[in-house]
Amino acid sequence: MKYETVIGLEVHAELKTNTKIYCGCKNEFGGEPNTHTCPICSGMPGTLPVLNKRVVDYAIKAGLAMNCSITKYGKQDRKNYFYPDLPKAYQISQFDLPLCQHGYIDILVDGVTRRIGITRIHIEEDAGKLVHDDYGNTSMADYNRCGVPLIEIVTEPDLRSPEEARVFLETLKSILEYTEVSDCKMQEGSLRCDVNLSLRPEGQKEYGTRCEMKNINSFRAAVRSMEYEQKRQAEVLNDGGVIDQETRRWDDVKGISTVMRTKEDAQDYRYFPEPDLLPIIISDEWIEEIRQTIPELPDQRRSRYVDSYGLPEYDAFILTSSKKTADFFDETVNLGAAPKTVSNWLMGDIAKLLNDRELEAGDIPFSPAHLKALIALIEKGAISNSAAKKVLAEMFTKPEEPEKIIERLGLSQVSDEGVILQMIQDVLLQNAQSVADYKAGKDKAMGYLVGQVMRVSRGKANPQIINKLLKEALDKA
Amino acid sequence: MHTLTAHEIRDKIKNKEFSSQEITKAYLDRIDKVESKVESYVTVLPEEAMKSAAIVDHKIAAGEKIGALAGVPMALKDNLCTKDILTTCSSKMLYNFRPPYDSTVAQKLKDADTVLLGKVNMDEFAMGSSTENSYFKKTKNPYDITKVPGGSSGGSAACVSADEAAFTLGSDTGGSIRQPASLCGCVGMKPTYGTVSRFGLVAFASSLDQIGPLAKDVQDCALIFDQIVGYDPMDSTSVNREYPSFEKALTGDVKGLKIGVPAEYMGEGISEPVQKAVMAALSSFHALGADYEEMHLPLNEYALPAYYMISSAEASSNLARFDGVKYGFRAEKFDDLIDLYAQTRSEGFGAEVKRRIMIGTYALSSGYYDAYYKKAQQVRTMIMQDFDKAFSKYDVLVTPTTPTTAFGIGEKTDDPLQMYMADICTVSVNIGGLPAIVIPCGYDANGLPIGLQIIGKPFGEEAILNAAYALEKTISKVKPVL
Repeated sequence: MKYETVIGLEVHAELKTNTKIYCGCKNEFGGEPNTHTCPICSGMPGTLPVLNKRVVDYAIKAGLAMNCSITKYGKQDRKNYFYPDLPKAYQISQFDLPLCQHGYIDILVDGVTRRIGITRIHIEEDAGKLVHDDYGNTSMADYNRCGVPLIEIVTEPDLRSPEEARVFLETLKSILEYTEVSDCKMQEGSLRCDVNLSLRPEGQKEYGTRCEMKNINSFRAAVRSMEYEQKRQAEVLNDGGVIDQETRRWDDVKGISTVMRTKEDAQDYRYFPEPDLLPIIISDEWIEEIRQTIPELPDQRRSRYVDSYGLPEYDAFILTSSKKTADFFDETVNLGAAPKTVSNWLMGDIAKLLNDRELEAGDIPFSPAHLKALIALIEKGAISNSAAKKVLAEMFTKPEEPEKIIERLGLSQVSDEGVILQMIQDVLLQNAQSVADYKAGKDKAMGYLVGQVMRVSRGKANPQIINKLLKEALDKA
Repeated sequence: MHTLTAHEIRDKIKNKEFSSQEITKAYLDRIDKVESKVESYVTVLPEEAMKSAAIVDHKIAAGEKIGALAGVPMALKDNLCTKDILTTCSSKMLYNFRPPYDSTVAQKLKDADTVLLGKVNMDEFAMGSSTENSYFKKTKNPYDITKVPGGSSGGSAACVSADEAAFTLGSDTGGSIRQPASLCGCVGMKPTYGTVSRFGLVAFASSLDQIGPLAKDVQDCALIFDQIVGYDPMDSTSVNREYPSFEKALTGDVKGLKIGVPAEYMGEGISEPVQKAVMAALSSFHALGADYEEMHLPLNEYALPAYYMISSAEASSNLARFDGVKYGFRAEKFDDLIDLYAQTRSEGFGAEVKRRIMIGTYALSSGYYDAYYKKAQQVRTMIMQDFDKAFSKYDVLVTPTTPTTAFGIGEKTDDPLQMYMADICTVSVNIGGLPAIVIPCGYDANGLPIGLQIIGKPFGEEAILNAAYALEKTISKVKPVL
């Protein structure tokens, strides 16, 4: 039987506020264990939470960017469960009155726009981390992450394939980056997602039984877990089995998921309104104030690149999917570089170098002015294309101006016609046979002679000038 | 010296009649003398107390600016966090817990230059009405050491009553200041929810808990309240408003005061001596120019069950953090993480605490939430409306505080429901978030004190303090003999 895949996502994004959600501790990744903590976020008896207003600002901003309606009356609730990384033994979250609801994000899959519903966005606090000691058979708790503000974004079950889910995640990530509410650093865990997936026979309206996948640490892992899960469910169904509603843990190393808990031992979180906090009352003025701070979003920027710069849709999509990349692009173009040339560099060599160095898209270690300078040098003929690639690689390791790198590495191109002509005459003298071959109509000889000039110049002569002058010289000979 | 009130001590220290060290020494001697009978303290801090007294004396000698309660020796309930000083909540679970920070009230009393004598006993995690649920000791009623002091702030009340401190602070979730104040013959006030910061009070039921004073007289009560009242940015439920000086607002004039007497509090179950004493107090009020009449609070009979639902639900969550992982008690033997939790909590908590956690966990469970917790919250809203209506007609309400005078130690420990009934007159005040003061209004045939409860509108502390101040002048108080 043919099945349709139905996917819904729950995405957690850490908000990049200065301080934590309920205390004055710094909201900062890393640090020695338990150094970004205080009696409040480490759950000392008697302490009380005080909501950081910026968290609400950021959540509203994300909600507006995802076309949500913002609640006028929100409250916070306690989600009760025991775990050593949760020092209060409850997480302050939002249960039935989230800040944002009923939104959507448009995504572009194979040139077609799909609208994916956002069920809700709510605020909550992050938990700490357990550090497992390899030798002492002990576990230690690091509470630095306790109280880091999160938004949880829940989608409707509108996604129909792992690929769609991937595009959705990329788009969502770019919106969070554009609105500057989250750093979205997957490696640091500031963006995490859980996947809900079910299958149904094609044409059937009712959803099948879904499974939830946890422990997904990258978009790639998300896609792999979904591919694995849709295959697993199809096999069970094809064998006449039924899908059990369960939570599964994805193992990215082994590429499989295993049962974490079944529906029967699903936890009862005993949600109830957090009595230590007041309701969150949001005025229209507050919402409008936040609306004013929303910058140009990825899809708006995409259209601008296509309309004003004549970039292909594909280029525009890739460039805008990372705000930093798009900002870099805009700045370089504003300095006078040709848009398509900049786009080629960003999508080609720069993307490759970032990837080789395991850097995030847009984390370019040099300035737009340096890229502009490099492009100008190529156009001027001061350096060859292949030399420019070497310069670019060097720019990733040293924050130096391209001219200086060229000088240091001796990569400047010889474009002085007099110098090149001298080299050509030497080569022609030493290769009389090839000259004769050329005259006899063997075009191959031309290529050989160009190579010889290049060799003499140790690769620095401008190939276009060699071609031009060599042809003239041969015709005269 | 130890029989002096806080305001007398304050004045005499200021006038240099004696020093803070002298009065502190007098209280430490008194503790030495009677503590073995009363057992109100969990922790006594003789050296620390003498040291802070010396600092105050030095300030006075140097002519420096001093706090409003400079040099006055006092004690705090053991659920109020004090930096680096044991704060046990009278539980095995926190037998060794020294908080890394001061509660807001402890800080404010420090700022007022008081002298901390120690931390006083309570029912474990403030759950109980007799202080018999303390892990450490059973505090006795100073009027009869075979009787309970009430609870949960039994240590706070007995301590003041036995002159082991000039005043104490307690906490009140369902009557935990007022009921022991009544049984021990002292003045106790539960302020309006949100007037005193809860920051640093180890939470029992967050939406009901309030900190308040237990004192030797009404003026002290006002004076102490002046020191601890006020908005605290560390407590989101604390109310940002201006407060007058409550001590200065005491006039003793109650002419024209309209008193409502809820019939529901004067009926069946309220013992005869208590009813009589309350009626006598009402006559005194009348003689002072106030008017009183019987009225009704029809929904009050639902207050007790609603209270036990809400308070237990919140407690089940508030007490979940005591799991043996971070601080306090940890079971010695356990197999794995779940077993660590189970063993620690089984051994660390007493029976009453476990009972409340069970009730609360049940009330919040999926499938039961609507029938219990949600229903209780609806009842709460209705009771508040009941009070609102009453206060549109009356300035204050007057009721008994407890159905009977102090009961015997061990008398009700086997019957939790009987014990819960001890709170029948006090819980609805917490449900409504209202202020209420308790003052002695007479003694039964055995010489045990009877307390009168005066309930005010939200933020109506001035009215109830003043009414209590007026009535106090008509009562002849009898000190316990120890």
